[in-house]
Amino acid sequence: MHKTPLLDQLESGPFPSFVKDLKRLAPTKPQVNDLLGQLERSYKEKITHWKHGGIVGVLGYGSGIIGRYSDLPDEFPGLEHFHTMRINQPSGWFYTSQALRELFDIWDEHGSSILNMHGATGDIIFLGTRTEELEPAFQKLTAKGWDIGGSGSAMRSPSCCCGPARCEWSCYDTMEACYQLTQEFQFDLHRPSFPYKYKLKFSGCPNDCVASVARSDMSMIGVWKDDIRIDQSAVEAYIGGELKPKGGGANVDKLDVQADVVDLCPTQCMWLEGKTLKINNKECNHCMHCINMMPQALRPGTDVGCTVLLGSHAPILEGAQMSWVIVPFMRMEEPFDELKELTANITEWWSEHGKNRERVGELIMRMGMRAFLEAVGLPPVPQSVRVPRANPFFFWHQSDFEAEAEGRKYHTTK
Amino acid sequence: MALSKEELVEYIYKLVEGAQGKKQLKAKDIEKLVLKEHPDQPKNDVKFAIKDLIDGGRCVYTYFGGSFIEIPHVEGAAKH
Ligand code: HEM
Ligand code: HEM
Ligand code: SF4
Ligand code: SF4
Repeated sequence: MHKTPLLDQLESGPFPSFVKDLKRLAPTKPQVNDLLGQLERSYKEKITHWKHGGIVGVLGYGSGIIGRYSDLPDEFPGLEHFHTMRINQPSGWFYTSQALRELFDIWDEHGSSILNMHGATGDIIFLGTRTEELEPAFQKLTAKGWDIGGSGSAMRSPSCCCGPARCEWSCYDTMEACYQLTQEFQFDLHRPSFPYKYKLKFSGCPNDCVASVARSDMSMIGVWKDDIRIDQSAVEAYIGGELKPKGGGANVDKLDVQADVVDLCPTQCMWLEGKTLKINNKECNHCMHCINMMPQALRPGTDVGCTVLLGSHAPILEGAQMSWVIVPFMRMEEPFDELKELTANITEWWSEHGKNRERVGELIMRMGMRAFLEAVGLPPVPQSVRVPRANPFFFWHQSDFEAEAEGRKYHTTK
Repeated sequence: MALSKEELVEYIYKLVEGAQGKKQLKAKDIEKLVLKEHPDQPKNDVKFAIKDLIDGGRCVYTYFGGSFIEIPHVEGAAKH
């Protein structure tokens, strides 16, 4: 075993340590011992000893395998190859214990046994194997019904919140939508043909538990169009302290409905009349605050669908950007044709115009929201306005003059 | 004039081979090069011709900050 005095310190803190986990594997997996040794060395020298690979994969696919090599293979032979496999996760990350055992048996046999449940991508991440183990591992995985996920300039494995399986706030079936879109875009998932990555994430309500607004190029966030459902007797019970705020998950025992709910409504659209809660739903922006605070009294409405947002990415130089609204409301029912078609139109426009490594959000910044909306056939809507314009120049197009001549105020595609 | 399926596969293979060592081609670059010479070639044909080359192992996907289509060669990073 390599000596790891610096790594050992990581075991002393209050939180579970990956060092402890790796040490448990090291006696039976020599590559894990070498991993500890190389990491210790990097901690000392403050430089990485990993090299990228760009070619390894399984036959037929251009995605799902990420090549990694050590630059000290003589010292750490177990890390000569240390590739990652991404395994496409089931919708909502539900497994049977049998499915988990099958997965881990395959990885025990063909890899380092190290894995990450789950990556930021959504996938199960299998960390560390040799080139010649990739095909056999892939064969065994597919025989059990698994497939590898997306990587590179491709559709990435879509992911979703657990949605209606466990959460009554879900405004559509996130797991079904995620599954259907994953199937629809199989070609683009395995055969990278885009300018760069494209991520789809599905959240059932504006709480956005998969953080789709920040982590996916295209976010589908559940929303309702009608009124928040109110159970006034439960409101009274919250006021009286019989019901605990946030289902008991808050740091206070008794809810002050005025101070903790009404006064914190960002659009100031709620008020109390005695013990009756009133909401001006027209002004509600669906922030979920009141519903989160008093879930037994308030629920999302029943006229439901999703808001589609586009463009988030986190480039190092410009800093992270969040997605912005392109479709305020879309009905989300099987077979999700509208969403499939919109996704295909967007990736087509982006593939046509995008530069290498340019995300769709960056392309919109470069070419303008107007060009984007016209190309994919979406009407401009007030909800798409992210910030008031700061640029005083306005570019008139011929179509604007034509629209004016026809007596319309301005040109729209619809 | 549009190429037959077999001709298209060979045409694309030649493009990739000719570019090797000079320029890395993405799937979309290949599509654009094909359409420049054969404007009536359906885009879907290009997609599946590339799939043919990859499935047969004559071309591979590579990743160098972006995904490209190339002739198989030995991984630089694998050597030491
Ligand atoms: C050349 C060396 C490496 C580079 C350039 C690299 C780069 C990256 C990048 C860009 C991500 C994606 C981050 C994100 O968007 O969430 C990532 C994720 C990750 N990498 Fe590496 N990595 C390298 C080596 C390794 C090695 C050797 C290991 C493990 C031994 C490792 C473990 C992970 C894990 C666990 C994740 C998280 C996966 C996820 O959340 O989806 N990486 N890496
Ligand atoms: C191709 C040639 C030209 C270009 C591209 C150009 C461009 C511009 C631009 C972008 C501004 C606005 C700057 C700002 O925001 O403060 C501006 C302002 C101005 N330009 Fe030009 N210009 C050109 C030629 C000229 C010429 C030939 C003259 C005078 C004979 C001129 C006189 C002015 C004046 C006086 C302003 C200030 C206007 C104001 O702030 O009310 N420009 N120009
Ligand atoms: S995003 Fe909404 S619907 Fe999905 S799990 Fe979170 S709270 Fe529930
Ligand atoms: S969801 Fe948010 S905006 Fe709407 S009523 Fe509740 S607190 Fe106000």
